[in-house]
Amino acid sequence: MSAEQVTTRRESAVSRSVSALDNLGYRLQRLPLHLVIIIICVIWVVPTLGMVINSFRSIDDMNNAGWWTTLFPPHGFTFASYQQVLAIEEVPLSILYSILITIPATVIQLTIATMGAYAFAWMKFPGRNLFFIVIVGLMVVPIQMTLIPVLQIFRFLHVNGTILSVWLAHSGYGLPFEVFLLRNYLGGLPREIFESAEVDGAGHAVRFLRIAVPMTIPAIASLTIFVFLGIWNDLLVALAFLGVSAFRPFTVVITGLVTSQGGGWQYLTAAAVLQMALPLAVFIFLQRYFVRGITSGSVKG
Amino acid sequence: MDQIITAVIAVVGVPLVLLGYIIGGEQVIERLPGRLQDWARPYFWALPAVGFATIFMVYPMARTVVISLRNRADSDWATGVWGVFANYHYFFTFPDTLTALRNSVAWLIFYTFFAVSLGLVIAILVDRVRYESLAKIAIFLPVPISAVAASIIWKFMFDYQTPGTPQTGTLNALLGIFHRDPTPWLIDEPVVNNAALIFVGIWTAVGFCMVIISASLKAISSEVLEAARIDGANEFQIVRLVITPLLWPTITVVGTTMLINALKTFDIVYVMTNGAYGTDVIATRMFSQMQSAQYGRAAAVGVVLFVAIIPLLIVNIRRFQQQEEQR
Repeated sequence: MSAEQVTTRRESAVSRSVSALDNLGYRLQRLPLHLVIIIICVIWVVPTLGMVINSFRSIDDMNNAGWWTTLFPPHGFTFASYQQVLAIEEVPLSILYSILITIPATVIQLTIATMGAYAFAWMKFPGRNLFFIVIVGLMVVPIQMTLIPVLQIFRFLHVNGTILSVWLAHSGYGLPFEVFLLRNYLGGLPREIFESAEVDGAGHAVRFLRIAVPMTIPAIASLTIFVFLGIWNDLLVALAFLGVSAFRPFTVVITGLVTSQGGGWQYLTAAAVLQMALPLAVFIFLQRYFVRGITSGSVKG
Repeated sequence: MDQIITAVIAVVGVPLVLLGYIIGGEQVIERLPGRLQDWARPYFWALPAVGFATIFMVYPMARTVVISLRNRADSDWATGVWGVFANYHYFFTFPDTLTALRNSVAWLIFYTFFAVSLGLVIAILVDRVRYESLAKIAIFLPVPISAVAASIIWKFMFDYQTPGTPQTGTLNALLGIFHRDPTPWLIDEPVVNNAALIFVGIWTAVGFCMVIISASLKAISSEVLEAARIDGANEFQIVRLVITPLLWPTITVVGTTMLINALKTFDIVYVMTNGAYGTDVIATRMFSQMQSAQYGRAAAVGVVLFVAIIPLLIVNIRRFQQQEEQR
């Protein structure tokens, strides 16, 4: 039921009961509804807005008055915070490392997951259900339960503190959810397509690459956005495996600024805005895929 | 520079290697005798995914249980008041961990309740206005933002200056308008600061709950609601007696997700207070133990966290099995 349907239904009821006074009464009755919605929206938007505004103010302004004073002249907007934070050597480097961690980790896990999901969706083998139930269970296992042994594995392989180690760790942690989601999507494709391809003599490799993968692109696209942002925003995995390495990603470096810079607001505002620029841009421009990724993950389950 | 080259190689190389694995592997499997072929092929296809899950999840889980029963140097089984369970004895008697446990329970209750119920209420409310999509974007805005950025956003909101000086934090400035003294939101323990942190968590989660609940709200047929209206039900009765029961399956799904999130809460607490002033939760506690190389104790915290999640894990598996039967 859409908002329009509700209003048209309401409007027809109103016209039946005539009189302009009724109409006014109806509008007054709905006033609290609008007020509540607007208040909630303000609470949900103002904090972010305030910080973005603060990131364009000088440190003196920030220390002497709240961000709202900038809304009135003299505004005194400046890029000083951005210049200062980007002048800290490790900040631009950490943005680069974030990119170098996020893109390969996303590609690695999604290719592996698609292949595994195909097996679970279109092949019969003993233990398939058991394996898959284990995967469903693994989806909710807290990462904390695995950190220490994985750290030991990385030390044993001498990859501890390298970017490679977080590619592997993210891939391992992300796979259960991705295999689950893609298997459900792949399993929903029409059986006839795969059967007629088999009759035509196409092997599993051809069926996978020519039929399954192209038809799964919508699901993979949503999932890519989701996984990409998950890794870009991740703090725990990066702290655990790269916390003291030279390749600390952006989130870890920002967290370091919070503790080491005490009242150094000028670094934090600009850094936080830079960090969230990418997720917000993705959300605004790819909203449909983004929301679809979220709803398909939990509702259909 | 080396790092960039490695990354490019990985982005191009990993899919190529897997492509080679598929095509090469199929070549080999197709030469096998019929029955062996049918047996081997699925395992060959599932191997990379299952292998990753085993190395990074299944094996480490088992190993964590073992580590939690070992001494600090991992040289022998733990010894102490509860014998081999010494690390668990530490967890359940040390005051700091008990605080973390208390806070996690508070997160579990308040974060879950308010995130889900606010998500439900907002979904129902915005369904009745024309600017629905705009309002939803506003509520959803914190979801794509990282917990790190959200924490910094709220550090500004909670900022505290000594009374008498200009309050630059939004909330304390608001209090000033009403001639109240500023509150040290993140320091005032135990109620105010934990409530403040939990609120930040709720702020980031409501959009998620709202989007999912709203999706199934749209699926309720308008005839059902129309029938209730004709029967003389007012809007509150419709929400309570018709909409909420119909949405119940979705609410439980969202609720379990939120419970799991509440137990795993780490980023917000770590960035905003790092557990100071009695704001630790289980996950931050585990991390600080790990950083001080107390692996046995850290592993015990991890196991406790996992045990707390087991009921939710069972609920998820049950739901999955029911869905499979309907397929």
